[in-house]
Amino acid sequence: MEWQFFLEVLVGGLLAGVMYSLVALGFVLIYKASGVFNFAQGAMVLFAALSFVSIQAMGVPFWLALLLTLALMVLLGVGIERVVLRPLVNQPPITLFMATIGLSFFLEGLAQMVWGTDVHGLELGIADEPFDVGGVFISKFDLFAAAVGGTLVAALALFFSKTKLGRALRAVADDHQAAMSVGIPLKHIWAIVWGVAGFVALVAGLLWGSRLGVQFALTLVVLKALPVLILGGFTSVPGAIIGGLIIGAGEKLAEVYLGPFVGGGIENWFPYMLALLFLLVRPEGLFGEKHIERV
Amino acid sequence: MFYRESGQFKSSYAADSAILTIAQDRLFIAALLALAFVVLPGLGSDYLLSGILIPFLILSLAALGLNILTGYAGQLSLGSAAFMAVGAFATYNFMLRMPGMPLLLAIFLGGLMAALVGVAFGLPSLRIKGFYLAVATLAAQFFIEWVFTKFGWFTNYSSSGVISAPPMQVFGIAIDTPASKYLLTLSIVALMALAAKNMARASIGRAWMAIRDMDVAAEVIGIPMLRTKLLAFAISSFYCGVAGALYAFVLLGTVDAQAFDLHRSFQVLFMIIVGGVGSILGSFLGAAFIVLLPICLNLLGQAFHDTISTQFLANLEMMLFGGLIIFFLIVEPHGLARLWQIAKEKLRVWPFPH
Repeated sequence: MEWQFFLEVLVGGLLAGVMYSLVALGFVLIYKASGVFNFAQGAMVLFAALSFVSIQAMGVPFWLALLLTLALMVLLGVGIERVVLRPLVNQPPITLFMATIGLSFFLEGLAQMVWGTDVHGLELGIADEPFDVGGVFISKFDLFAAAVGGTLVAALALFFSKTKLGRALRAVADDHQAAMSVGIPLKHIWAIVWGVAGFVALVAGLLWGSRLGVQFALTLVVLKALPVLILGGFTSVPGAIIGGLIIGAGEKLAEVYLGPFVGGGIENWFPYMLALLFLLVRPEGLFGEKHIERV
Repeated sequence: MFYRESGQFKSSYAADSAILTIAQDRLFIAALLALAFVVLPGLGSDYLLSGILIPFLILSLAALGLNILTGYAGQLSLGSAAFMAVGAFATYNFMLRMPGMPLLLAIFLGGLMAALVGVAFGLPSLRIKGFYLAVATLAAQFFIEWVFTKFGWFTNYSSSGVISAPPMQVFGIAIDTPASKYLLTLSIVALMALAAKNMARASIGRAWMAIRDMDVAAEVIGIPMLRTKLLAFAISSFYCGVAGALYAFVLLGTVDAQAFDLHRSFQVLFMIIVGGVGSILGSFLGAAFIVLLPICLNLLGQAFHDTISTQFLANLEMMLFGGLIIFFLIVEPHGLARLWQIAKEKLRVWPFPH
């Protein structure tokens, strides 16, 4: 029975980890393609979920609402590229990072101004009921989320390594100027990446939104995704998934087995400490690209 | 016309290495200090002192601390509020558990505790760099917040997790009016700003900047990485700690750990972005901007009181805030301090630019 409980906690943690990965994926995408640590990813998740729910509330059917929101997110991505990033080409990464913090404030304000601050429910039509796998109960919804996450990661990994566009994205991430000089259209590339990141934000927003309700707290999932990100490495798509699994499982196990000894409530900082310990061994994360520094 | 350095000769090394080399600058600073120390405490209203000036000064101090770490030493930190919390709670416990300890000593010791914690959380910086480090500093933010909420000892087992400032006095003078609180804060901030300015100009500041620009190169030319980086963390955390203690004791009076959450860290970070990364003056300008902006927006909101709901206003404030950050980064990545410098350059040749 003890063993079974452990397994249940472990599986629950792993599946929760996939949810974190979904958010981390948006970060990786943009970082990999443009070297920008996009803090606004959480705001984009909120924006996407809130837009979707509000559009649906106007009586628009599910798929059409999905398409409309997707169009909106792509538009937003292109807009961000045009207004925020283009004037900041070739600025140091820290400047771009700070710009995205500003962006996250802007988007949070905008989303709530346009769509209101009420908490919305979101129903995806997947029952959140447990089902039995050899005595271990697993939530159906979590399984669905994991499947979506897995598909997304596989698709993106293929995209980055096999397509011409994906390789262009990686070139841009490596060096803006060098990429421009071999004829990669930087502007288009960035617009595409932010569009795709908007799509990932939409998926994450829908799954998280139906779990937590669509509300301001959605932006906080960013804080869950960050340790996943540094654990897996900023530049690795599979790293986001593996990192998510480790963080998710570690967090849940620690909460259950370690929490009672220190008074509980450790899930806020434990993932960070876990990631920090990993980083002390591998400073670029598990799958991050090693940087050779030259003077 | 009046802002010229012609005819001002430096005839000693001391004069050459003075902070303010131009007589007009010295005059300006002297006037500013006189205004701050003499005129404002006497003439300023209570609201001006404790509603605007004290928060401005305290947040400037925190921004100074972060600027030392991020602006000079180049280590991006998202945990400055946590070190403020350490300063506040340590000062509280020193005063509580050692009755009769002078306030200034308690604040100083509180700052030292923050410095110690800062060094502990700065250790990973020797191995982790850039954004990985920035995220790792969040570990400090969440961990410290959790410790102060979870363990009752730090708040003397107060049921609501709130600490309250005891009656304060410095050298026998009671600190209970807005004017005396303001003067205490101003004195501490002025002294520490001077110290920061001098550190930035001295060898340690240059070592920090070398590490910021390229740490491998800095190490190659013989700058001790371990000592320099940890010193940056220690001094930065000391500044934040003192700011936190003042924030809790002088500004609010009662405070809990939630006053030093991630939001506060970002607030301090915004100050140095808007003010100027790697500039002492910038810390003050940025703090002034961030303190004044919500007040101005509020006033503006009151003017349209009937037509706009508070919720709309709150969201508008967020949008404006974020928009301004982006605007500043695009227009002037070096912040308000750079604009000030440009204005001074312009003034030198005004009104005959040729």
